[in-house]
Amino acid sequence: MHYVGIDVGSTATKVAVLDADGALSRTFLCPTGFSSVDAARRVRALLDEAGIDVGDGSCVATGYGRVAVPYADKVVTEITCHGRGAARLFGRDGTVVDVGGQDTKVIVLKGGAVKKFVMNDKCSAGTGRFLEIMADRLAVDQDELARLARAGSPTPISNMCTVFAESEVISLVGKGEPRENIANGVVESVVARVATLAAQMPGEAYFLTGGLCDNGYVVERLAAHLGKPVGTCPEARFAGALGAALSALP
Amino acid sequence: MTDYRQMWTDLDMDLDTHDQLCAVLPDAFGDTYLSQDNRPENMAFYDFVVSEIHGVRPAELIELQKQGGKVFGTFCVFVPDEVVIACGGAVTGLCGGSQFWVPAGEKVLPSDTCPLVKASLGAHFGKTCPYFSVADVYVGETTCDAKKKAYEILGADKRTYVMDMPQMKRQKDVDKWTDEIADFAAEVEGATGRALTPENLGAAISLVNEKRRALARVFEARKATNCIPISGKDALLMVQIAFFDDPARCAEMANKLADELEQRVADGVSVFPAGTKRILVTGTPLAIPNWKLHHIIETSGAAVVCEEMCTGTRYFENLVDEGADTLESQFQALSERYMKNNCACFTPNPGRADDVVRMAREYHVDGVIDANLKFCTLYNVEKPSLAAALEAEGIPVLALETDYADNDAEQLRTRVGAFVEMLGE
Repeated sequence: MHYVGIDVGSTATKVAVLDADGALSRTFLCPTGFSSVDAARRVRALLDEAGIDVGDGSCVATGYGRVAVPYADKVVTEITCHGRGAARLFGRDGTVVDVGGQDTKVIVLKGGAVKKFVMNDKCSAGTGRFLEIMADRLAVDQDELARLARAGSPTPISNMCTVFAESEVISLVGKGEPRENIANGVVESVVARVATLAAQMPGEAYFLTGGLCDNGYVVERLAAHLGKPVGTCPEARFAGALGAALSALP
Repeated sequence: MTDYRQMWTDLDMDLDTHDQLCAVLPDAFGDTYLSQDNRPENMAFYDFVVSEIHGVRPAELIELQKQGGKVFGTFCVFVPDEVVIACGGAVTGLCGGSQFWVPAGEKVLPSDTCPLVKASLGAHFGKTCPYFSVADVYVGETTCDAKKKAYEILGADKRTYVMDMPQMKRQKDVDKWTDEIADFAAEVEGATGRALTPENLGAAISLVNEKRRALARVFEARKATNCIPISGKDALLMVQIAFFDDPARCAEMANKLADELEQRVADGVSVFPAGTKRILVTGTPLAIPNWKLHHIIETSGAAVVCEEMCTGTRYFENLVDEGADTLESQFQALSERYMKNNCACFTPNPGRADDVVRMAREYHVDGVIDANLKFCTLYNVEKPSLAAALEAEGIPVLALETDYADNDAEQLRTRVGAFVEMLGE
């Protein structure tokens, strides 16, 4: 008996599996790619390979592609799932900041449930997508971007809009600004945007979930901007999938 | 369906562009409305009006003009219909609730203007709305910066009379609105060639009060806790159409609908399954055919049971005192009633939060959705104070900002879905 949560995000599809006792037994992810339907199919194959029969137990889908998982027993929004997943991972109430590939959510937990939430508007400012595009522009990967940013000096990037900010980065490159400084400006821009959103839901402790959870520099800078501790853990990338799996429990 | 093409040609409308609108509306209405289960039988009237939305009522208004009556096109619930009706004129709402009209509006207005104002000017200048075309006079009001400047652009093309709305609610502001109503009365007398008398104004006040009472009866039925007798979409449609209809017929049809809903409440007939979350929607107006948010809410496990909006309670709440018997005292009574409206154009505006909290209780709602049109500074700035007032009362609230385009529908669906899930925890 397994309880499977599948979080079909805009960048990656995350999967969490709970055993019959509700303990987390497995997590994995794969790129979502062009088609959520294909991603769901690949997840099914990977589950089969691992000997996990989604028909034996229950399966819940969440994320942008949640309706593209034909074998899911139900769908739950990613806000509820991130809240539940974070409540399990961190074991106490607080404010969850999820920086996703396409949007950023801030969720207040009370008694382990979502009390209120806010999402960024339909714009990639302050999302993982912003970092992806800028890293591409600087021809580095995410780890390298963080390493460079830590070494760089503050360099303001004032445009919120990803498209305009990219032009701004190009002109900084053209002026011969060191890559470290541009990387620093890129990370600060995202962190400032996320912190502004998070400030709408003031809390005593914050938890970072989503793809940036293993980016130590981002976590550090976010804590500095919020003036409060920001907790995270490697499984936090799977918070949405974990919350979906928890929603699959009877 | 009657063919209105000759009438639209006579109104100097752009038929080719208008045909595109006529082509999409039936499908949009079918998907959003006719797909609902167990609708009240008396919605048939409103379905018929939608099926001939640009034909049947404009034809009546043209008939009135042939008999010497004048048609006043209005944009706002502050304009006193009573004065126009007393002089034998008709008041009509104007188009402004669809993305269809926005591109033409952006030709004359900055793109970062609220979609309602852009769509209104787009409908006028694009010649794709018979209500704009048929109106003899437009009546504007200075309720926001976008509108008051837009009236200058509109006024260059057709007679546009603008009433100067007070921004505060002191006694001198109520007195000022009384004066504005008196000035408007002179304008209406001039345009119609009919003199206002205490008798004809008194009769018009009674008529419009009757319409308000009828609309309020429908809303009263939505307070029932044993069932939800009408969907939010259907109730919204009734109010949207009320802006265009003849007031006596509006009252008659709303009363018939209310009769049916009261019977449904007595019998416990609901259009939603038991346990459906009850939502109050507050914020900026939802002009016809803007059904986007209600449709998302009502296909996400919740039902709208009240709209604290100009296309909702702000349209019919509070009656005009019928005891006055001189024009001067009637103008005063009208002003007192209209100035009770807690529009965000007033500062300060604590009455709106009081209204929303009161209605959240009266309609037994599980949560409030504060929905505002993009670039509406007045309502958007009120969002945090409204949220704080609701949270202080333990009422969950979700704030949304959107426009008429469909490209954010999935993001809205996620937020609304998560809010409904949160209410169920």
